[in-house]
Amino acid sequence: MEPVTLEIRDLHVNVEGKAILKGVNLVVKQGETHALMGPNGSGKSTLSYTLMGHPHYEVTQGDILINGESLLPLPPDERARRGLFLAMQYPVSVPGVTLNTFLHAATSAMRGYSDKAQPGARGRLNAHLIPFREFRKELNEDLEKLKMDPSFLQRYLNEGFSGGEKKRAEVLQMALLKPKFAILDETDSGLDIDAIRIVSENINRLQQELNMGILVITHYQRLLNYIYPQFVHIFYDGRIFQSGDASLVDVLEEKGYDWVKDEVAALRS
Amino acid sequence: MATPHDDLRDLKQQQRYDFRTEIDYAHQSRRGLGEDVVRSISALKNEPQWMLDFRLKALDIFNRMPMPTWGVDLGALDFEEFYYFMRAAPEKARTWDDVPDAIKDTFDKLGIPEAERKFLAGVETQMDSEAVYSSLKAEWERHGIIFVDMDTAVQKYPDLVQKYISTVVPIADNKFAALNSAFWSGGSFVYVPAGVNVEIPLQAYFRINAQSLGQFERTIIIVENGSSVHYIEGCTAPQYTTAALHTGVIEIFVGKGAQARYTTIQNWSTNVYNLVTQRAVVEEDGAMAWVDGNLGSGITMKYPAVVLKGPRAHGEILSIAFAGDNQHYDAGAKAIHLAPYTSSLITSKSISKGNGRADYRGLVRVAKGAVGAHSKVTCDALLLDPQSRTDTYPYMDVNEDESHIEHEATVSKISEDQLFYLMSRGLPEKRAAAMIVSGFLEPFVKELPMEYAVELNRLIDLQMEGSVG
Repeated sequence: MEPVTLEIRDLHVNVEGKAILKGVNLVVKQGETHALMGPNGSGKSTLSYTLMGHPHYEVTQGDILINGESLLPLPPDERARRGLFLAMQYPVSVPGVTLNTFLHAATSAMRGYSDKAQPGARGRLNAHLIPFREFRKELNEDLEKLKMDPSFLQRYLNEGFSGGEKKRAEVLQMALLKPKFAILDETDSGLDIDAIRIVSENINRLQQELNMGILVITHYQRLLNYIYPQFVHIFYDGRIFQSGDASLVDVLEEKGYDWVKDEVAALRS
Repeated sequence: MATPHDDLRDLKQQQRYDFRTEIDYAHQSRRGLGEDVVRSISALKNEPQWMLDFRLKALDIFNRMPMPTWGVDLGALDFEEFYYFMRAAPEKARTWDDVPDAIKDTFDKLGIPEAERKFLAGVETQMDSEAVYSSLKAEWERHGIIFVDMDTAVQKYPDLVQKYISTVVPIADNKFAALNSAFWSGGSFVYVPAGVNVEIPLQAYFRINAQSLGQFERTIIIVENGSSVHYIEGCTAPQYTTAALHTGVIEIFVGKGAQARYTTIQNWSTNVYNLVTQRAVVEEDGAMAWVDGNLGSGITMKYPAVVLKGPRAHGEILSIAFAGDNQHYDAGAKAIHLAPYTSSLITSKSISKGNGRADYRGLVRVAKGAVGAHSKVTCDALLLDPQSRTDTYPYMDVNEDESHIEHEATVSKISEDQLFYLMSRGLPEKRAAAMIVSGFLEPFVKELPMEYAVELNRLIDLQMEGSVG
């Protein structure tokens, strides 16, 4: 079977009337790992939010497709169900909702339980959720792999989580929701060296298990020492400036983003 | 789409029709107010003279008191429109087959157990829980605990009733307290002797031969020194009623070092006026908690109160209100600090959806001499739609310099970023919004017994359907 593709085609995006993305082209196939590297303010996060469908970002031109189907008309939950996952740089907190409740509901929604329950599975409470025991077994296994204490589940979603806890919780969600494509937006920020190892090990494992396509969005090379990209794209001023293989990471590391800036300036003059 | 309230409205209309066709004057008063109605209620209940006198005095006070002109709009309230007494017929008035499918469907969605459904639908006048009840009852009796309906209390424990009735909520406290005093029926009488901890909550539906929620319920709870009790009234499921005017009076006495908690959730259909007076007096080192959930009724005035009479007495009032379309809550809390080192904690959470309006009106009063009194008031309002509304009226009356009052109020909307985050994990918008709302209510819900918490969350989901997007 042909691998599924995530295609970004000539994507232009405005934020509050200002052009941020100016024609992004990228194809990620399932099983591939791509790194998108760029300086602060280059539009990296705009790209990740736009892919997932945040209403704040206005697509003015171009398209985003999974296996040829446009995601643009779809709300974020439908995009998630097409297999897209965004591990966020700054996951918001939702007070009063425990991690457990949230994971149970989200996993159930992704696996079609919510739809089955409408209308009324007669009399059974929580018919819209995966049977709790079944869910809990899977959840415990994933927690163990991420070296997370089960007491974590009773805390409110992202509320008071440390940087490392937030990122682990993001990867835990990835493990349960089993996406085809994962976008990792600055996933290493706020992680110490042990946490970065656990998180990246799990991402690599999930990639093997699920044959995920991965798009790592990062400023620094650090995470790429743990998650090896086959393809590297240098992102600058709302578009991809240069693409290559993993060796491009070293070039960038050596020359820095000022080199990109100078190159762009030279091209434009 | 149809909401549970629509179902209830339909049902109510049908039910009204039913009552017109089969009025049974042995069990129902004529429409409207009057001394003859009071006398006939009292006679039907075989009441002693003192109770008839109490009712007649209350009717007189009611007639002379003006209508409140603040808070909600009571302009459409016509006292002559209502029936003031309806006795549950001993034979079942209807069968399960008579209950409309819409209501059955709502029960389905809520996942309410079979026995409870019949009770809620009015098919049975009590829960099918006699076995449980009997063993509990023996336990209560062993400890000298009295837990009966108010009518039984008047017959069996007249001295206790006479000693306590209307001492916390005087007849003339407000017009609706007077109305209740004249026409009351239903409600519970609870007496816990000194030094007894009642571990299993007393739930109104365990009472045999009594309607759980009366139109004019009158409840008295006496917790003697060093005792504790948790009383639970009402239920989360939609309740329909033929009585569109509900005025309850609840009086609670918390003795020295005693603890009482009263949990209630009401979900009347939206054509109901819900005008309730509930108040507790707390002695030295005693503690009282009101846990008050309001989901239904059209117009609500309700201000659970604690009178902190003895030193170090403590009161907590935790309430939520969910105002949907055509619902207006003027609800809040009162804490009266009369003694030194008394403390109160008031937490009010409201949600307004559609054109719903949930207002907070609260009073904290600190009497001269109540040194070291401390009160904290927190009001959080969540608005779901642009036309939703909330207002906060916090009144402070502080007469003692050496006291400390805090007040915090927030008004918020569902955040776009929270919604996006939850949706990006596969939750459809409505479910994501319902989850944020549940989280907002969590500080309330976690205080509820588990079965109530589960039902309440499910009910919020249902209320949220069709509300966003």
